[in-house]
This record gives sequence, C-alpha cells and structure tokens, in this order.
Amino acid sequence: MRTVVITGLGASTPLGGDLPTTWSAMLAGTSGVSLIEAEWAQELPIRIAAQAAVDPASVMDRVAARKLDRSSQFAMVAALEAWADAGLGLDDESTVDPDRLITSIGTGIGGLHSLLGNWDVQKEKGARRVSPLTIPMLMANAPAANVSLRIQSRAGVHAPVSACASSNEAIALAFDLIRLGRADVALVGGTEAVIHPLPMAAFGQMQALSKRNDEPTKASRPFDVDHDGFVLGEGGACMVIETLEHAQARGARIYGTLAGAGTTADAADMVAPSQRGQVLAMRKALYEAGLSPADIKHVNAHGTSTPTGDPIEAASVAEVLGEAVGGCVVTSTKSMTGHLLGAAGALETIATMKALYHRVVPPTINLDNPEPGLEIDVAANVSRPLPSGDLAAINNSFGFGGHNVSVVVSTENTTGSAA
Amino acid sequence: MAGTEEIREQLAEIVNDVAGVAVEDVQLDKSFTEDLDVDSLSMVEIIYACEDKFGVSIPDDDAKNLRTVGDAVAYIERAQA
Repeated sequence: MRTVVITGLGASTPLGGDLPTTWSAMLAGTSGVSLIEAEWAQELPIRIAAQAAVDPASVMDRVAARKLDRSSQFAMVAALEAWADAGLGLDDESTVDPDRLITSIGTGIGGLHSLLGNWDVQKEKGARRVSPLTIPMLMANAPAANVSLRIQSRAGVHAPVSACASSNEAIALAFDLIRLGRADVALVGGTEAVIHPLPMAAFGQMQALSKRNDEPTKASRPFDVDHDGFVLGEGGACMVIETLEHAQARGARIYGTLAGAGTTADAADMVAPSQRGQVLAMRKALYEAGLSPADIKHVNAHGTSTPTGDPIEAASVAEVLGEAVGGCVVTSTKSMTGHLLGAAGALETIATMKALYHRVVPPTINLDNPEPGLEIDVAANVSRPLPSGDLAAINNSFGFGGHNVSVVVSTENTTGSAA
Repeated sequence: MAGTEEIREQLAEIVNDVAGVAVEDVQLDKSFTEDLDVDSLSMVEIIYACEDKFGVSIPDDDAKNLRTVGDAVAYIERAQA
C-alpha cells in the first residue's frame, strides 16, 4: 500500500484569513464568535455566529469572485494557500501532472447564498432577473469544481456531501484513490458559508444552537457542564496530500503521514449520534494505520458543544483508547472556531496535523466546569505540550445522517523537528 | 436619448463589471466572445444588465445575434428610439 503524506495546508476561518493567523489564534485560545451586526439578524432568536475573519472576496480578483458563491470563495482561498504552502506553482509553473492530480472538496450544504439570493430576486423582480450563474454557483460540487479548474486536476473532481463529516469524507476518499493508484497528488478539504437567516432559524428550531446571545465568546464550550448547543461558523480548509514517493522526489516539506481513515454509518437515527458508529470509525482508522490505542497521544474531537453530542463522543473516545486514555490529550477547537459544518473535518484534521508537527495541542476554551463523568483528559483553557518521539492522533467528524469519519495522522516521515 | 458614444461607454462599464474587460478595450468593432473573451453566461448577464441600464427589452432571439459591441450599441439605440 502506498504511503500518503501531508505537504500543504491552508485555511480561511473565523480566527484568520490564512492558516498561520488561525493557528496562532488557536494556540492563544481566542474565540472567533461574535454578535452578528447585520440588520437581518436582529429579529432572530439566535444572533451569534463565528463569522470569517477576512471576507474571501476581498482577497480575490473581483471578476473571479463574482462568479463564485461564498462557499467556493472560501474553498479557493484555502486551496491556493495549501497549494503554495506545498511549494507548488500554478499554470505554467505547475510541476504536477494534471492527469495524476485529483480535487476532493466537500461541503455540507452548498451555495446557499446564491440559491436563496436568486430566489429573493425572482420573487421580487421576476424570472428574467435571475442570474444565469445561479446553478453553477449553488451546486454542492461547485467548490471542488472551481478549485479543480484553477489547479488543473484532470484525474477527477469529487465533492462528498455528508453534512458535518463532508470534508473528512473528502480526505478519506482522496486518500483511498491515491492508495489505489488512481492519482499521485490530491487537493482535499471542505468549505461552508451558510451564515444566513434561514439556517440560523432552522438550526435554532432544532434546538442545536447555543442561545448565549449575551456572551458570544462564551457560547461554544464543548465538554463544559453549561454547554447549550453549537455556534454556526463559516470558512474553508484545504490540504495537499501526495504519495511519499512523489513528495520525496520533489524535495517537499512533509508535515506528517495521513495514516488511516475509518468511515461508518449509524443506520440508527437521522440526527442523534451513536457511540457504536463512532467507536467503530475510530477503530477502523487505527486498524488501517497499523496503530494501537497507546500510540494515540492526541484527539481533536468533533466536540460541537451540544449536551447530546459531547458526552457520547467522550465515552466513544474512552472506549476506543481504553487504559491508554490517560496518555491522550483531547481538545475541541470548535470552542474557538465554532462549527464550520462541511469545512469542520478538514480544518480540524489540519489542526491535528499542526498539533503533532509543532508538538502542542490548542486549548478547549470555556471549559470552566467539565461535565460530570468525563473519562477523557481535555486541554482545558490553555494549550498543552506533546511529548517528543513518534506521535499519532485522531480527528473525528460526525454528521447528521449518521456519518462518522475518523482520520489518523502521524509524525511518521515528517521533515520537521523529530524531537 | 443617449448617443452612440454614450451608450458604448455605459456598455463598456457593464462589460468591465461583469467580465473584467478593460473599459478602453470595449470598442465597436470588437466581438464579445472572440476579441473580449466574454463567456456565454457572462454574455447573458451583460444583456440583462443592459436591459436594466438602458430601459430596453432584448429578447433572447435578438440577443444571440449581438456579436460585436457595435451590434449591441446599434440595437440599444434603435430600441430607445
């Protein structure tokens, strides 16, 4: 089986317009959640969200930006950062064979602003004023397709849709395709841009969102006894993954190895999480990686800050790690970024890889009173160092529909500090 | 009623806004698709923007015959007359 390594990272998030800014803010325990100032939010029951720190359209060519839904804009910004971070060029400067390159970028919902914005136009002004770009902007495969066009990936373009597990599924799919020999390099990731009145109302109606309008920065508090729901976030996150052979041949900087991925379906309930499905996803990922629970020194939890989800995931992690649970530092970076839905898996896999590479786990902020019965060790409120030597870690993503995707990364093959 | 040059200038602004073509390149003898590299969906957007801007109606059957900037300016002039 071919070894797959991670060589490029990029993100546009509520904490920063690029990954270095986002990562620094994570280590500092910064909240990206704030009150929505826009007029449309003022009559809503829930008026807080983790809005992007930098408007993606503001850092793109104007004409290019107007043809892309905000979800594609985030994907493009994150993808181009990851591409450059991997030391790869565009157009005539590209050294990757297009016929050996795939794009796999997931989104939970798709081009919601384009869909609903044009529906508003049609209701108000009629069908003749609907943008002819509406369909290519709203379709859920648009972010992946736009990035594929830009980087010229001709071996395939994929857009898994599995709610909040979408981008971990996108990573897992590309990982498989590379290992099957269908490609040598992949641009993988996820994106989401649905901070809009309808999803804010609809998630609110599900009782899924935190109601903490008066204290936005305290609203996302995974594993805390006072958690009351997730905070909707937006942004994009992408990685470049490639075979070890391809990376070494071009002398690439290697963050670490994409060691395993495990996918399961609950087939139990549309929205309620299942410990059985989560445990099996993590075990499959470990099995694929050829690792044992004792090798796992860090877990970046799905940890959305809901009273239903957090304890089940904590129990799942404890069950998988068994007696090794004491040597594993768990965190939920959603305490700072909010929940980026279809971008969450990729952003958190990146955070997991960065944690191993720099040997420091970002904190779970607002964890003032851990909920009772937690058997996991959470990096409460301050970042936590990781030991020297070989490290491996799990990132979990679980989505409405019963999707569970766990990804394992490790320091194996890293060209960074092996200390 | 706007004159030919005035219509051309306003059309140039629309083409610039939609497709990013430099305003000074939008001259009467230029073909939208061949010279200015305007794609088909952008062309549809330009037609709709012209309808709003110049207060004219450009049915789809007529729009597909507007090959050059000059064709569009002449059509708008006639429609406004």
